[in-house]
Amino acid sequence: MLALAVILLLGGLAFLIGRWRGAALAPAGGRIGAVHSRPVYHGAYVALLALAPALLVLAAWGLFGGAVIDERVLSALPTDARPLTPLDSGAFMNEVHGLANGDFAAAFNPDTARAVPIYQQMRREGDLATLLLAVALLLAGGLWAISQLKPAFRARNRVEAAVWLALLLASIVAILTTFGILLSLVFESLRFFELVPLSDFLFGLKWSPQTALRADQVGASGAFGALPLFWGTIFIGAIIAMLVAIPLGLMAAIYLTQYARPRVRRVLKPVLELLAGIPTVVYGFFAALTVAPAVRQLGVALGYADASAESALAAGLVMGVMIIPFVSSMADDALMAVPDAVRDGSYAMGATRSETVRMVLVPAALPGIVGGVLLAISRAIGETMIVVMAAGMAARLTLNPFDSVTTVTTQIVALLTGDQEFDSAKTLSAFALGLVLFVITFLLNIYALRVVKTYREAYE
Amino acid sequence: MSPARPLLREPTDWSAAALRVRLARRHRSERLFRLAGLGALLLAGLFLAFLLFTIIRDGASGFRHSEVAVTVTFDPQSVRSGDYVGLMQRSARALPVAGDVVSEGAWVALREAVAADPALVGQTRTMWVPARSSIDLLAKGKFDLAQPALSRGVSDADVAAWRALAAAGRLRQGFNLDFLTGSASTSPELAGIWGAALGSLLTLAITIAIAFPVGVFAAIYLQEFAPRNRWTDLIEVSINNLAAVPSIIFGLLGLAVFLNFAGLPRSAPLVGGLTLALMTLPVIVIAARAAIGAVSPGVRDAALAVGASRLQTVFDHVLPQALPGILTGTIIGMARALGETAPLLLIGMRAFVADVPHGLAAPATVLPVQIFLWSDDAQRGFIEKTSAAIIVLLLVLVLLNSLAIVLRNHFERRA
Repeated sequence: MLALAVILLLGGLAFLIGRWRGAALAPAGGRIGAVHSRPVYHGAYVALLALAPALLVLAAWGLFGGAVIDERVLSALPTDARPLTPLDSGAFMNEVHGLANGDFAAAFNPDTARAVPIYQQMRREGDLATLLLAVALLLAGGLWAISQLKPAFRARNRVEAAVWLALLLASIVAILTTFGILLSLVFESLRFFELVPLSDFLFGLKWSPQTALRADQVGASGAFGALPLFWGTIFIGAIIAMLVAIPLGLMAAIYLTQYARPRVRRVLKPVLELLAGIPTVVYGFFAALTVAPAVRQLGVALGYADASAESALAAGLVMGVMIIPFVSSMADDALMAVPDAVRDGSYAMGATRSETVRMVLVPAALPGIVGGVLLAISRAIGETMIVVMAAGMAARLTLNPFDSVTTVTTQIVALLTGDQEFDSAKTLSAFALGLVLFVITFLLNIYALRVVKTYREAYE
Repeated sequence: MSPARPLLREPTDWSAAALRVRLARRHRSERLFRLAGLGALLLAGLFLAFLLFTIIRDGASGFRHSEVAVTVTFDPQSVRSGDYVGLMQRSARALPVAGDVVSEGAWVALREAVAADPALVGQTRTMWVPARSSIDLLAKGKFDLAQPALSRGVSDADVAAWRALAAAGRLRQGFNLDFLTGSASTSPELAGIWGAALGSLLTLAITIAIAFPVGVFAAIYLQEFAPRNRWTDLIEVSINNLAAVPSIIFGLLGLAVFLNFAGLPRSAPLVGGLTLALMTLPVIVIAARAAIGAVSPGVRDAALAVGASRLQTVFDHVLPQALPGILTGTIIGMARALGETAPLLLIGMRAFVADVPHGLAAPATVLPVQIFLWSDDAQRGFIEKTSAAIIVLLLVLVLLNSLAIVLRNHFERRA
């Protein structure tokens, strides 16, 4: 932190010197065009050449320095104090770090206490060496840049080239993220499918990852059949939630676009959007604490004696309400995109408003509405907190909405929180579930976006 | 005038009974349809109102707490040895009630009192200390005392203790400052949100520091400079898709890349901020592109005409005009990031931190995750804490969104 502040301060100084030198290039009373670039670009050029290498050095030390120090500390210890396995050395060094930072009051393992002074010394020396190197690079880069400044020097073009590079890099981040998601999911999933065959995972009916204590039991026990999870996800997200969200969202959009006066629309639309702004954890809490008991009572009243406290219906209902504004705004856009001539034509034929909506507008806007519904489904099946808090953990294939079911996202959270041993099939299966979820939502999104786009173009 | 042609059919008799019936039916279905539309909106509005009502009903009491008056003799022996726990226990035992009525953490109040006023040592004072959760809830009327002891969730002994305390005038209610300034605790009466709020702040600071510059730069490139080719299409598809990818997938990405591959610390605001930055980035890019695209082409042409370079045109002339739109989009993205829970669970930001987070790399939790953890807690006292924390979170979100609306209106009027 201190090193970074020093470097940035020196970089600011380099900027000021560069700007001053740039300003001094212009002869007093000389022609405006005598110097190619404005002083500020000279300053920026000097600062750029001074800061870039120094910051790179600092970043490299920040990223890899810890590992280098740890390795050297371990090799500096006498052999009898060294941890035996790589796993032990991880825990060993964690304790050393904690002791050195003052997080731990006393050493649990007496050997770590011996490593602490070595660690602290190496950390000090490493930090100092890095800072010195960075300052040296900063001075070299800055001085070299200053030596280049001449009236004809194209400082602006050089600085702009750097900005171009930054713009390009920033736009590539989105692609890198997509590939990062894909690679990490595929890579971990492949390791999972080495332990569990793909067909068992996709079509198996039994899901109980808790029994997989040892990797060699997994394949035999067949406890990673994800079909009940897929069903639970579809049941809650694509069926129950949509039974709530599609009629309500569509009717709300129809009322807002066709019936409501502008003033009413201005009041009601933000209210609907408020529903979309509430964090999902709040919906989850509401579903678990208020809706689920009511649904259970309803189940009991309907003669279903062992209605579960956590039910597909409770989670699906609340999720449906959460999705309403999403469906409604997509339907709103689709209805508004239908040309007025179509509507006026229908009115001219003597149709009432509702007849126009039902027989002309909705059919005309159908592709847009369907696209919106697909996006809504994609959002519902990827939604996590509501189902984690209200849907339960029981993986079962059931058509009864009062039963507890579990979903892909619920299981991902359950598998990856709490005590996790790395590289076990249990942990890796979460990534396989994530991959399935990503692929499905990706296909839904791409398809829906394309439908919506071609539909809009058709009317433009 | 041309000769009248013979009519092909008789003119419709609109006053005929059959047609009147048909028209009435059509008008009725029109009214029903209209009512259905209004009903859908009202249903959604009612749900929202009911949700807010239950949260406020359960949570409002979370901002108050009950205190018990305990007579404490600050004997020098206990103070010197720092045995405030024992001092508290001895003092509480002298209360005219049976059983525990003060909070496990009540001794902290004694320590703070002595630290604030060392002259207390050797004196006897009446101290108001936090009551235990069940007493607190009884005082707030959270239990239905008409029910039998087994099903009402509180023991007869506690009810008797509460009645005795109240009768002795040793119970009062006050504003629960501990809730706003405290951190996570296993005792509901001591739990506070400050630690989680600070964790949220640190996490969002990282998110905005990364997502804002990268998002705006990406938007500038795509909107102003990108050539129309396959590469640009790929970037656009990526961004549009990332905006719709489930948030939990970003959690898996953070776990695999930042924690397992790069070896960054678990539970840290640094990793949470990075993960949320990747999630918020597409939102900012899309908003910024719309804002930049809405700037009149005349501005660009004028700047280019007087000899500005393309980058000078964008940074000095287009960007300032697009800034309100960009900021609005950024605030909305930040509001979404602030309410996000699932990805942060996966990177371990559910740490129990009984203190405020110490830095960007130290274990921390955030407000929504704290809400989730409390909602999972079986202790009855956490229900009101969860609801109260939700009230705070919603208030912050309302503030953020109002800021976005004010910003938009302000600049729209000026433009």
